[in-house]
Amino acid sequence: MNEETMAPPCAIEVRGLARAFGEHRALRGIDLKVSRGEHLVIFGPNGAGKTTLVKILSTLVKPSAGSVWLDGIDISDKPAQIRRRIGLVSHQTFLYDDLTVYENLKFYGRMFDVPDLEAKIREVASWVQLESRLHDRAGTLSHGLQQRVSIARAVLHNPSILFLDEPEVGLDPHASSMVKDALVSINSGGRTVVMTTHNLERGLELGDRIIILDRGKVVYQAARHEVDTVNFRRIYDQYTGTGR
Amino acid sequence: MNTVFAKIFVIFWKDMLTELRTKEVVVSVLVFALLVVVIFNFAFGTRAGTVEMAAPGILWVALTFGGVLGFNRIFAVEKENLRLEGLMLCPVDRAVIYWGKLVGSFTFILAVAVVITPIFLVLFNLPLFLPRLALVIVLAIIGFSAVGTLFSAVAINTRARDIMLPILFLPVAVPVIIAAVKATALVLAGSSWGDMATWLQIMIAFDVIYLVVATLVFEFVVEE
Amino acid sequence: MKGKHILRDNVLLGLSLALMIAALYMVFVYVPTEKHTGIVQRIFYFHVPVAWVAFLAFFITFIFSILYLWKREIKWDTIAHASAEVGVIFTTLVLITGPIWAKPVWGVWWTWDARLTTSLVLWLIYIAYLLVRSFATEPARGARFSAVIGIVGFIDVPIVFLTVNLWRTQHPTTMIFEDGLTTSMLMTLMVCIAAFTVLYVLLTVQSANLKSLETDVKLLRSTQAE
Repeated sequence: MNEETMAPPCAIEVRGLARAFGEHRALRGIDLKVSRGEHLVIFGPNGAGKTTLVKILSTLVKPSAGSVWLDGIDISDKPAQIRRRIGLVSHQTFLYDDLTVYENLKFYGRMFDVPDLEAKIREVASWVQLESRLHDRAGTLSHGLQQRVSIARAVLHNPSILFLDEPEVGLDPHASSMVKDALVSINSGGRTVVMTTHNLERGLELGDRIIILDRGKVVYQAARHEVDTVNFRRIYDQYTGTGR
Repeated sequence: MNTVFAKIFVIFWKDMLTELRTKEVVVSVLVFALLVVVIFNFAFGTRAGTVEMAAPGILWVALTFGGVLGFNRIFAVEKENLRLEGLMLCPVDRAVIYWGKLVGSFTFILAVAVVITPIFLVLFNLPLFLPRLALVIVLAIIGFSAVGTLFSAVAINTRARDIMLPILFLPVAVPVIIAAVKATALVLAGSSWGDMATWLQIMIAFDVIYLVVATLVFEFVVEE
Repeated sequence: MKGKHILRDNVLLGLSLALMIAALYMVFVYVPTEKHTGIVQRIFYFHVPVAWVAFLAFFITFIFSILYLWKREIKWDTIAHASAEVGVIFTTLVLITGPIWAKPVWGVWWTWDARLTTSLVLWLIYIAYLLVRSFATEPARGARFSAVIGIVGFIDVPIVFLTVNLWRTQHPTTMIFEDGLTTSMLMTLMVCIAAFTVLYVLLTVQSANLKSLETDVKLLRSTQAE
């Protein structure tokens, strides 16, 4: 089957995804579709499997079972090629402390064959408002600033799909809102975005569609406009079991 | 093909830049190797004959254990901030990461050898211009790096990472160590190329075999 | 599910016992004492088969490590692991029987000859295999890492043997037997090799079974907890 006849209209399609780590079953059968340009937000308590899901989708971890298609391509088929189209922002920044911000971006830019790299670096730096810190060593930046550099790194190669795994963790409210602004400003390109978060308010602000993950399964799905935002906290607690 | 080499070079360039700034690997290994040479000299006593016979062994003990120290740091830099995942997000085969790190570790250990060997030759009153010794050293360090880089990636992901690397590395490196010591002894004794041929062949065979095997096997080490 | 193996296990046990008894008989009663080295020479009939098994076991670990990395089914890893555990025991026996035989015959406990040295290095690689498994942060990683060690380490063994052989050519080759092997000696040796090989298979199968059961129990416990 070639790609033209198979191409689903979605950016991301997941079927029967499962992943176990020894006896611990982190994901137990996930089915998911994300359309192009959609912003999906994944909520869930600790241990629900959010990070595992994002790692599998971003090709860092292989699934135990099930399939994933990104832009119509089976990720187990050509993982290296797929990685050109995806970017990942995690609470780990993937930055090298002893290199400057500029050198970090240059490194990743060269690994991704980004054309016109110098100009692109300046462009992403302006998106996250860090032009003034380009020649400082990454290790000297606060975690909030590093996270913004990490966002710049993730979009440097213009991925069509961006994954964000709890990007606001460890950030104070000011830094967190700067990160949010950065995320908003980089998303002018119609990128598909998948974000996991603990922060219910922030998540509802940024998502078109939301799902709740609990103990490795999708327990709730809704489009953003269907969600009762005022009572969402109660809905969330209800679906994930109270007291968790 | 062109881009694969380019990517390997990019990873190497990144490690070189870091090392030039922090000097973490080369300086500490250098100091350690020098200490080994000096201490072994004392350990063998002052009788002229014993020390000279032991000389090749002393050089290679210094380079071997220094190498182990060095290889421990090769992947350590990627472990902080889980930057290995950052590398794994790049659109390259996992083997490219191995080769990028391999070129780096080879360069660093070679740099140590380049400094240590003349010092060693001076301390033992041996002739300084020995191009054949250079060949022996290069071949041996290729072998060390091929295995050391692979095992460094394994050891970094275990609980006792500092002790795990020597336990993995040293038994496998035995053929290289034997060949290097024998070849060095022959060079110092002024033997011909013909005498050295077998030992050089062993090292070349080891290098080729392990470069191939490690390239094939590396993805299983880093892939969850 | 494990019940169907009871027949196989019993056959193995019976065969192993029978061969061992036959081997003991042949070593201590049947074969005549060797002219030059005396009674002590009988250790040869244990040392050689045990060495053979030590290398066979690691070969099996090598094969099943490749299989595991390729197919990722736990059962391959279990066999590789079991074989390595049995192998390390046999290698230890090689390292013990070697000196016991060497001392009265050649006057030294240890010679750095190719066979003994390679056995020592093999032992160290086995230990590395087992340690990597126990020091890994998760069992799945331990399986992966030790599979890599199983492959890389096994390839090293012939290289070590060749290298040490060349290293030792300056020293006189140790003659095992001046008159060569007589028929009775050969037959005894064959029976012993067969006996120890079957013993290896028995031990490895039992060990693999045990590990399998342990994994099943853990799986049951964790599903029950959910």
